[in-house]
Amino acid sequence: LSSQPCRALYLFAKSNNIPFEFKRVELMKGQHKSKEFRKVNPMMKVPALEDGSFLLSESIAILLYLARKFKTPDHWYPSDLQKRARVDEYLSWQHANIRAKSSDVFVSKFMLPVLVGQPLPPKKLEEIVEELNTVLKQFEVQFLQDKPFIAGSEVSLADLVALVELMQPVGAGHNLFEEKPKLAEWRSRVEAAVGPKLFEEAHQTILKAKYMTPDKIPPVVLEVIKSQALKQ
Amino acid sequence: LSPGPSNSEGAAKVNLLKRVPALKDGDFTLAECTAILLYLSRKYNTPDHWYPSDIQKRAQVDEYLSWHHANIRANAPKTMWIKVLIPLFTGQPLPTEKLQEVMEGLSTSLKQFEERFLQDKAFIIGSEISLADLVAIVELMQPVGVGCDVFEDRPRLMRWRQRVEEAVGKELFFQAHEMILNIKELSNIQIDPRLKEHLAPVLMK
Repeated sequence: LSSQPCRALYLFAKSNNIPFEFKRVELMKGQHKSKEFRKVNPMMKVPALEDGSFLLSESIAILLYLARKFKTPDHWYPSDLQKRARVDEYLSWQHANIRAKSSDVFVSKFMLPVLVGQPLPPKKLEEIVEELNTVLKQFEVQFLQDKPFIAGSEVSLADLVALVELMQPVGAGHNLFEEKPKLAEWRSRVEAAVGPKLFEEAHQTILKAKYMTPDKIPPVVLEVIKSQALKQ
Repeated sequence: LSPGPSNSEGAAKVNLLKRVPALKDGDFTLAECTAILLYLSRKYNTPDHWYPSDIQKRAQVDEYLSWHHANIRANAPKTMWIKVLIPLFTGQPLPTEKLQEVMEGLSTSLKQFEERFLQDKAFIIGSEISLADLVAIVELMQPVGVGCDVFEDRPRLMRWRQRVEEAVGKELFFQAHEMILNIKELSNIQIDPRLKEHLAPVLMK
């Protein structure tokens, strides 16, 4: 569950008691490139869903599919048109913003240093963190505003997708919630809504990321990290 | 967009994100093209094929709309920025290596688009057009407008484009794309120097 989109799915399915068979794909061992996995998702990305003969990729598509198929409680994807539009708005905007910038911080703070053997020049890291801060500000001002959750008074898929992305830089040691009380409060609310134990369980691996040093990582895994990081 | 209406006060009130498109429906404001398309299709009960009620077909539309952002949308608009907007706003010549990088990225996305989303079907979800095709085509018309015809050596893609144009209505399609297809005229527009100053650093990034 070191992948943010996978965590969102895991949390959503477990929290709603949606029956699923969890198949671990070790990205670090390059398993997503295996023949077996390619049958499920030829684009070699996680997460991927296999429901009988129906194959689906893209976590947002999968989340919505599950919400519909298992008729999960309304608040996850509200039937009220305007509330639903708010969720859609966030889910669309986040790709190029929260998701992209959180990933950049994670890659720069964790992945690249692991490859290169030393941290990035502070100025460069500062720039990348600034970009994240900019989108965090937009998130607070435009999406969260003074509401408890993005769509209003109840948690939705938007909050789930947002929080798992924001936990990624935290895993790399960049605690973006530290000086942002509004965000920290929102985070507590989302965790409570999902279930604190479940949330902690899902984030166990990623929160250990910052303790990984190059010597602890097998060479074959380093190769995979390298190709991932260079793609960014 | 060029004379700056999207950055004026009135537009800013509608859309805190200061981007287009933005919808104002009474007191309700909404940004993000995908969100607006979905909202309208629901509010006006548009024909089912646009966003099918069948959950698997619907999931295929969602899948494309999600994938689109980090792939086609990540590269296609950049062709316009590099070939037209950067020279226009910064006075600097177009960076050719950057354009090559973008075209390569776009090529990869187009390959995936054909192999994963389109395959041998008429449209992304099968025999009928949906929001996915619409969102895809408008993005791909941008490079066409600036002279990077992505349909040129891609017959399957070209046939799909023709089907989309027909499904939407050729006249309407061309009306919507008039400006993009005549983008060279943009080079003759007088740009407010303050706007140039404001946008140049953003474009250079």
